[in-house]
Amino acid sequence: MSENKGKTIVIDPVTRIEGHAKISIFLDENNEVSDARFHVVEFRGFEKFCEGRPMYEMAGITSRICGICPVSHLLASAKTGDKILAVQPPPVAVKLRRMMNLAQITQSHALSFFHLSSPDWLLGWDSDPATRNVFGLMAADPDLARTGIRLRQFGQQILEVLGARKIHSAWAVPGGVRSPLTIEGRDWIKSRLPESKEAINLALKLFKGLLLKLSREIETFGQFPSLFMGLVGENGEWEHYDGHIRFVDSNGKIIADNLKEDNYRDYIGEAVEPWTYLKFPYYKPLGYPDGIYRVGPLARLNICSSMGSPAADRELREFRYLAGGVATSSFFYHYARLIEILAAIEHIEAMIDEPELITGETRAIAGINQLEGIGVSEAPRGTLFHHYQVDKDGLIKKVNLIVATGNNNLAMNKTVAQIAKSYIKGPEIPEGLLNRVEAGIRCYDPCLSCSTHAAGQMPLQLQLFAPDGTLLDEKRR
Amino acid sequence: MAVKYIRVNGKMISARAGETILDAAKDANIHIPRLCHLEGVSDVAACRLCLVELETDRGSRLVPACATPVEEGMTVNTHNEKINEYRRMIIELLFAEGNHVCAVCVVNGNCELQDLAIEVGMDHSRFEYRFPVREVDLTHQIFGKDQGRCIFCTRCVRVCDEIEGAHVWDVAGRGHNLQIVSGLKQPWGNVDACTKCGKCVESCPTGSLFFKGSAVSEMQRDSGKLEFLVQARDKHEWTR
Repeated sequence: MSENKGKTIVIDPVTRIEGHAKISIFLDENNEVSDARFHVVEFRGFEKFCEGRPMYEMAGITSRICGICPVSHLLASAKTGDKILAVQPPPVAVKLRRMMNLAQITQSHALSFFHLSSPDWLLGWDSDPATRNVFGLMAADPDLARTGIRLRQFGQQILEVLGARKIHSAWAVPGGVRSPLTIEGRDWIKSRLPESKEAINLALKLFKGLLLKLSREIETFGQFPSLFMGLVGENGEWEHYDGHIRFVDSNGKIIADNLKEDNYRDYIGEAVEPWTYLKFPYYKPLGYPDGIYRVGPLARLNICSSMGSPAADRELREFRYLAGGVATSSFFYHYARLIEILAAIEHIEAMIDEPELITGETRAIAGINQLEGIGVSEAPRGTLFHHYQVDKDGLIKKVNLIVATGNNNLAMNKTVAQIAKSYIKGPEIPEGLLNRVEAGIRCYDPCLSCSTHAAGQMPLQLQLFAPDGTLLDEKRR
Repeated sequence: MAVKYIRVNGKMISARAGETILDAAKDANIHIPRLCHLEGVSDVAACRLCLVELETDRGSRLVPACATPVEEGMTVNTHNEKINEYRRMIIELLFAEGNHVCAVCVVNGNCELQDLAIEVGMDHSRFEYRFPVREVDLTHQIFGKDQGRCIFCTRCVRVCDEIEGAHVWDVAGRGHNLQIVSGLKQPWGNVDACTKCGKCVESCPTGSLFFKGSAVSEMQRDSGKLEFLVQARDKHEWTR
């Protein structure tokens, strides 16, 4: 090894994320980390094969991009369709769409926190990979595992109550939604609200208690300054469906506000690199790669003035206190997810008794009135843009999707490099490195299926390459 | 009218003279799968799904039930291993030939082709999918046509010609270039002959003809409407 001028560590594939990826870590002549790359190795081509389809089918087609967050694409697509129809959906439809997105945030965040990430800090970073998963969690702490599973079920069941199925519903359509809430559905949601609030409060208490022990992870898992982007409401409050786009820097200073999705190309650029299928969006005024920004739960909490619900607002204040103001460590994504679940439950509770959700009009009917539409919504992982161009009959001519995971691409690469630099100090690969690097990625809960517009599961592979490309060493899990 | 007796699946049934095996079986509550057959319009035996085995002195042969009149003493088998295999193969070929992606189709859950795929036990196609490039026509004010979902049953052609009398639709081309065209290959929206009655849309067994604006899984059809119209015409029964 000492004869080599440098080597590369490859983690392929990365586990407990949604999609296929690998990580390469480049070592210099002194076996110090010089760079790291997060490669997304799947390609799907939705933007291409949607061309020629009727615009009305787009919500149903694009929701098939992902089995974890189909609702996000469904809503962003329906909102884009609203623009092309040039209609304002009935207020009831907007409220019901909002409820579906809140349920989606709840189920997706619960999956990320309990099923995918919590085994790392509850069972230990260096524990046996064979049991460092939700099944290991069930064995070690069955009550907590059950709490997480039922919390996710709460969100999933609301999706079914509204859209007739838990995944890949085509309930939201351009102009509104297909059907209102049913009385039975409303009663079920109400019956599960107390248990769900109790569950999220338990998770928050547990995680806050662990923060002191996790100080090194907080310092090394994506602790760097960057911009944060997301939607905020009219008064700067937490928003997930409508509102306007805001950019905030690491000091909490608003650097751009009241941005509309319609001209996203004015402030978001998309760079490409030859080693990944995932594009690199950046904040245009700062250029590439200086325009690095983060989206998702951490960003949404960093840019908003309040959560809009009492318990979540208390948690937001404590979050900011514990993070020292603006939370700049990506490890706080996990914490932010929990607060968002709490907010989502409170927001659902606040609207569930509105009678018009059951009786009101839910759909505006119109023809093609605009040839271009851009829709935006907050997916659990961050801001999601759908951009369609259609012909006069409504056939899709062009599609561009900017997906949450793509927005975080620069940040994920930077996080991988930071963790590698922190844990690799010499020619040997420390035990537990693989998992920590992966865990750094998991902070973002990336959905690569969405971001490359595929799904799967992965074992773990690590490879060492010399600068000339020779494979020096390989480890498989 | 003379009555004929035939044996279907070992069971003796009666039929009217001139009636097809398909109609006789239907009257006797014996199900025979079919796609191109539609009550009230002529039969063309295009889909071959209603193939049944006719036992004769010279052995058995396959005949389309929709286009074969009953004859006294006929012995017919509607289901056996060979017929079931042929039907499944036909459905697989239909799927492989066009662009049938149920998950994102407007008639998902309300599609005769999908129902038949389930009925014949198709869980995959042994034939490679062709993924032909076929256009969607949304030029019509209220309807749309996705040629990729067409199975060339020609129900639309016959319904428009024989019930509505407008003859908007025709079959053009041969082999893999076959297509259903409107107004001698004009965009549907430009065809003056179209009365916008929607009978073709109601008759389509797949999502090829649809109501414009339909989202995924949203299309519902009034399956009894065409039968009612034929009944109204033939028997002057104006309500249903």
